[in-house]
Amino acid sequence: MYRLALRMLFGDHGKYLMLICGLTFASLLMIQQSGVFCGLMSWTFASIENMRAPIWVTDAKLDQVNDNKPLRDTDALRVRSVDGVAWSAPLFQSNLQARQIDGTFKQIQLVGIDATTFAGAPTVMLEGNIEDLRLPNTVIVDDFGRDRLAEGLPLRDGEKKSRVRLGDIFELNDHEARVVGICKSVRSFMGAPYVFTTYDRALQYAPPQRKMMSFVLAAPVAGQDPAEVARRIERETGLKAFTEPEFKKSTIWWYVKNTGIPVSFGTTVVLGIIVGMAIAGQTFYTFVLENLKHLGALKAMGTSNLKLCGMLMLQSLSVGVIGFGLGALLTSGFAYVSMIKQQPPFYLPWQVPLGVFVIVLFICMFAALLGIIKVARLDPAIVFRA
Amino acid sequence: MPEHFSNEAASLANIEKSFGGGPDSMVHVLKGSTLAARMGEMLLLIGPSGCGKTTLLSILCGTLKPDSGQVILFGRRLQEMKDSEITKYRGQNIGFVFQQFNLIPTLTLAENVAVPLLINGTSTRNAERIACEALARVGLGDRTRTKPGKLSGGQQQRVAIARALVHSPRLIVCDEPTSALDKETGAHIMDFLREIANDDQRAVIIVTHDPRIYKYADRIAEMEDGRILQETTGRTAIAEKYLSVPH
Ligand SMILES: Nc1ncnc2c1ncn2[C@@H]1O[C@H](COP(=O)(O)OP(=O)(O)O)[C@@H](O)[C@H]1O
Ligand SMILES: [Mg+2]
Repeated sequence: MYRLALRMLFGDHGKYLMLICGLTFASLLMIQQSGVFCGLMSWTFASIENMRAPIWVTDAKLDQVNDNKPLRDTDALRVRSVDGVAWSAPLFQSNLQARQIDGTFKQIQLVGIDATTFAGAPTVMLEGNIEDLRLPNTVIVDDFGRDRLAEGLPLRDGEKKSRVRLGDIFELNDHEARVVGICKSVRSFMGAPYVFTTYDRALQYAPPQRKMMSFVLAAPVAGQDPAEVARRIERETGLKAFTEPEFKKSTIWWYVKNTGIPVSFGTTVVLGIIVGMAIAGQTFYTFVLENLKHLGALKAMGTSNLKLCGMLMLQSLSVGVIGFGLGALLTSGFAYVSMIKQQPPFYLPWQVPLGVFVIVLFICMFAALLGIIKVARLDPAIVFRA
Repeated sequence: MPEHFSNEAASLANIEKSFGGGPDSMVHVLKGSTLAARMGEMLLLIGPSGCGKTTLLSILCGTLKPDSGQVILFGRRLQEMKDSEITKYRGQNIGFVFQQFNLIPTLTLAENVAVPLLINGTSTRNAERIACEALARVGLGDRTRTKPGKLSGGQQQRVAIARALVHSPRLIVCDEPTSALDKETGAHIMDFLREIANDDQRAVIIVTHDPRIYKYADRIAEMEDGRILQETTGRTAIAEKYLSVPH
């Protein structure tokens, strides 16, 4: 009988195609929208991903990584003296204009890392060497900046697109900056490429202020819980300390509270999910209604309600799985394109497809359940009526 | 004429049935109908449209519950059985031929005919083999892989008959089996059913208001306004009563 249920489902190519298309579209809509949303959100904490450290120490009133409330130089030492802290290092972060050789200006995100520990340094180098940062007037540009900072420059021999090369020079506030490395990075919300240099040199590049240190990066000694150490730092220094996940969460939360972006975009995601649910439910329910007469005949011929339920469930779950699979496949095509173009943002934690899968199955089962109620109530005597 | 009990396939006694909710909208359809069907006999239930024939048939099959009265199917009282038991019992003992054929369009003829066997738990392979034999019996042995939509009405009804017979039920019920067919095709179908009824292990009940098929009956029960008015038994008596050409 179960084989028959599948034959009934797959036998009508037109309707089957409609059903699969509906579910595929619904899955695509839900996964894709959530992926873009997660991507957009991950852009807000790009700095936390690009400058890795177990603990971030900030001004007591700071909530998110893109804000700037500088600390005193002595704060790095105060953090280091807290029990359970293995090391601490200063970090500088600021927006700056870079002047290219042709005289045009481009926004960059300047990052100054401690020259002795290299805490917060890029983790993946595409070209060059981090150690070369110790040479005078040197910087490392991220892969996005490699293209962005060369935009509008004349093509050099053998280039299809102008790109920054090792040895290229641009200016930051009239100071020379020579590129000695290209690193991989996560794009930021502001859309400015990351440029890494040493902490001391960053202070020369940036316009002077009374306090310059953006953050103190720190790590717990081996075996200690970062969260516990962070709380201890807060107690003893009066500063704020976040573990990496805490800082990400706080950053996202700041954007939720202070900008309309997550809420308005989140609404689109929720709408996408509702539309997806409606399409999926509607298509399968229509299928059940169209088959009601045949289900009635099967019931008259002696099929139990339980068996009919099983048949409907099998039908709904199989179209659900196939539709989700195709939808996920299409989404990965979309993800592939956005990875290459770095646009629009796309980030898919594994929970998203899993969640969408559960939603799709749930919708299908819900639609099947509506059908089952109809079938259970179905008077088998109706098949006698013309 | 008293009948031997074991010869009785199904019997209905004093069946009452109303449809509708409130007392104003209530339709009293069956008003104490009594009827019995015997093995080896083709029984025709006739009467004007709307008199309650289909309702009575549904109650006999256990697909509809009467308000009161007794239904006995092969010696078992349906009132004393659970719904799930009735469904199973029906699947084993009754073959159905519907007015609209009710074949599943996405399945092949063999798969359609195999359905009652599958319902009763036969394996797919055996069910389809037996189904092909049944199709051969109704003259469609070469079209087992065809879909019903490709067939004429008469052919579809033959498939439906194959389906009704495939699991060798003791009772075949047909609701207006010829009313969607032309005269000649209808006659063919009745020949088939007549042959089936000659097997004394089986009873055939046909609900109809088509006078052209009265001549096939062993017994005719005439219904009007929710009651069985009279029964005529025997082919001679039927011929005299229903088939004499009026002057
Ligand atoms: N489920 C139902 N609800 C309400 N009225 C019904 C229902 N089934 C049948 N009836 C009514 O019962 C009467 C008898 O119907 P039916 O048994 O189909 O007659 P027949 O088969 O003799 O033409 C008709 O008036 C019909 O409208
Ligand atoms: Mg009728």
